[in-house]
Amino acid sequence: MKMYLELYASLMHLLPPGKARFKREITVASDAVVQDVIDEYKVPMELAHIVLVNGKFVCDDRDKHLLKEDDVLSIWPPVAGG
Amino acid sequence: MSWTRKVLRVNLTEGTCTPEPLNMEWAHDYLGQRGLATKYLVEETDPKVDPLSPGNKMIMATGPLTGTMASTGGRYSVITKGPLTGAIACSNSGGFIGNEFKNAGWDMIIFEGKSPKPVYLYIENDLTELRPADHLWGKSAWEADEMLHKDHQDPNLKIAVVGRPAEAGCLFAAIVNDLHRAAGRSGVGTVMASKNLKAVAVRGTLGIAAPENPDAFFEAVADGKEVLAENAVTGEGLPTYGTQVLMNVINSVGGLPAHNMRDVGFDKAENISGEAMHEPRASDGKPNLTTNGACFGCTIACGRISTIDKTHFSIKDQADKPQYQGASGGLEYEAAWSLGADTGVDDLDALTYVNFLCNEDAIDPITLGCTIAAAMELFEDGKITLEDTGGIDLRFGNAKALVEVIELTISGEGFGADIGQGSKRLCEKYGDPDLSMSVKGLEFPAYDPRGIQGIGLNYATSNRGACHVRGYTIASEVLGIPVKTDQNDAEGKPELVKAFQDATALVDSAGICLFTTFAWGMDNIAPQIDAACEGDWSVDKCLEAGERIWNMERMYNNAAGFTSDDDTLPKRLLKEAVKSGPTKGNVSRLGEMLPKYYEIRGWSDKGIPSSETISRLGL
Repeated sequence: MKMYLELYASLMHLLPPGKARFKREITVASDAVVQDVIDEYKVPMELAHIVLVNGKFVCDDRDKHLLKEDDVLSIWPPVAGG
Repeated sequence: MSWTRKVLRVNLTEGTCTPEPLNMEWAHDYLGQRGLATKYLVEETDPKVDPLSPGNKMIMATGPLTGTMASTGGRYSVITKGPLTGAIACSNSGGFIGNEFKNAGWDMIIFEGKSPKPVYLYIENDLTELRPADHLWGKSAWEADEMLHKDHQDPNLKIAVVGRPAEAGCLFAAIVNDLHRAAGRSGVGTVMASKNLKAVAVRGTLGIAAPENPDAFFEAVADGKEVLAENAVTGEGLPTYGTQVLMNVINSVGGLPAHNMRDVGFDKAENISGEAMHEPRASDGKPNLTTNGACFGCTIACGRISTIDKTHFSIKDQADKPQYQGASGGLEYEAAWSLGADTGVDDLDALTYVNFLCNEDAIDPITLGCTIAAAMELFEDGKITLEDTGGIDLRFGNAKALVEVIELTISGEGFGADIGQGSKRLCEKYGDPDLSMSVKGLEFPAYDPRGIQGIGLNYATSNRGACHVRGYTIASEVLGIPVKTDQNDAEGKPELVKAFQDATALVDSAGICLFTTFAWGMDNIAPQIDAACEGDWSVDKCLEAGERIWNMERMYNNAAGFTSDDDTLPKRLLKEAVKSGPTKGNVSRLGEMLPKYYEIRGWSDKGIPSSETISRLGL
């Protein structure tokens, strides 16, 4: 199924080729969970710090959280500001 | 040791500079900088004093770790009663001048009265003199800085200075030091100018006194630096992307206010983000970001140094002004948000230019951007007209209008004089006070209380008005530092807010940067203070001192006339639900959190510290 992957900050180089800054359309299995995409795009475990699906945090259940058609998965390494 | 044990009292009315010993009894209870200077202000001034009258005092204060080898140990603060709010004002700055104060032998400088003529304070160790500043008056902060360096022929002179808006009565004027760093919020620069004090120029060569326990101090400092270097945020994220890395994060989680907080979420946020600052521009092939920079003693180096495209509309006709053509202090997240997302402007170089102007003439970019955003909403509502603006088409998203109105604000001319009064007074003047997005008269920073619940409680109860760096719960609610809490929960947030507020009060009193707390806990900070200073500075003692400082500030505000009615948020945030995005439907649930907050603070339901609380904290 079709969904979107967004990688930010120091993870941007892991994005497949494309024009947009952060966002790529990707295809995943219909039963894919968040962790499957993290693994597929080789995001190191310790750098998948902020993980959102459609803007909502996925914290402890990344290996159970089923993705749906057109979901947007967004990932940041540890960051902060003020 | 680590305190110099010396205070310089400057009576501007009399033109005298008098040294006196630091009150060490107070230092043992309030540590330094924010806490200790507030104690002096509380003891020496009437809380009901007019902030811009000679009766108000202004204190520049370092902390015991300022000037030491502790990482980020270069901070100083300006403490006074703020003219924008009428509340306690405490603005913290980095750069290099804090270290210079300390090396000149001064823990703090207390300014009182008002000089009959413009002056600046010159300090060279024990030599302290008020000198005429007629030639500096009317100059920008950057011009005055350059003139003072030239006059004294000393490139190592460190200078804190106000710009033209402060002189013209802009209520949110800052004090800029080292060109790009500022005691930025609450209008401390306006107070300084009201005293006819243009600048403080300092050179210190005395060195810093040895810490109380040198071996323990060097060990604690080395441990602390190792923690900062190994932490992904302070060791890599902040030096690479700066605070601006937050733009996309906060937008994505449904916490980024836009268009005077009419909306949550800015569809062009990525264009003004930290990542965008790294991208080569289509016009000249160069990125906006030139390099990063660090303040004194800092091992994080989050600062942004940027360069505007020479063909950009903002500077293409200013080739004779080198200050805009080269690299200078660039966008931090708060300025990029207030001047950008809140005004709907996504032109990175335009935002960089107006940020240069804020540094050049020492004004708070948060209040400035928010006030312009309020004016834009009033303009679109028809309550501010083209006649009022002098022909400026002040629609959201108009970068050229943003530049024009800021240039007017700096000169204090025309509509710029209205902007210079801040959003509360502007919205009252133009008939819609509810459009001022402020608490106690201070405008919001870049996090929406509808999308992130705890920060709303912090804004409502912050002692200097809507301020994120009184209790930065975003660390926990969004960034997962030290532990992740749910941004949409109200439960548990009173405890979270209190913990952040008290810890921050202590950090702000120590002479180090709040950003260390992205990696350090109090168990990293307390050993550094304890080894540097005489007395007991255990973790518990530090947290108790933080709580004491918070309550002292609260009692000052209560005595100044604030009540629990002021611990609130604009109606928009309490009643107008978020229209779209992941926090759609949310309003701030302040009413659920505030009573519990009062209770755990040991305050009455009217927000007044109980006699037990006062006694427990030794106030």
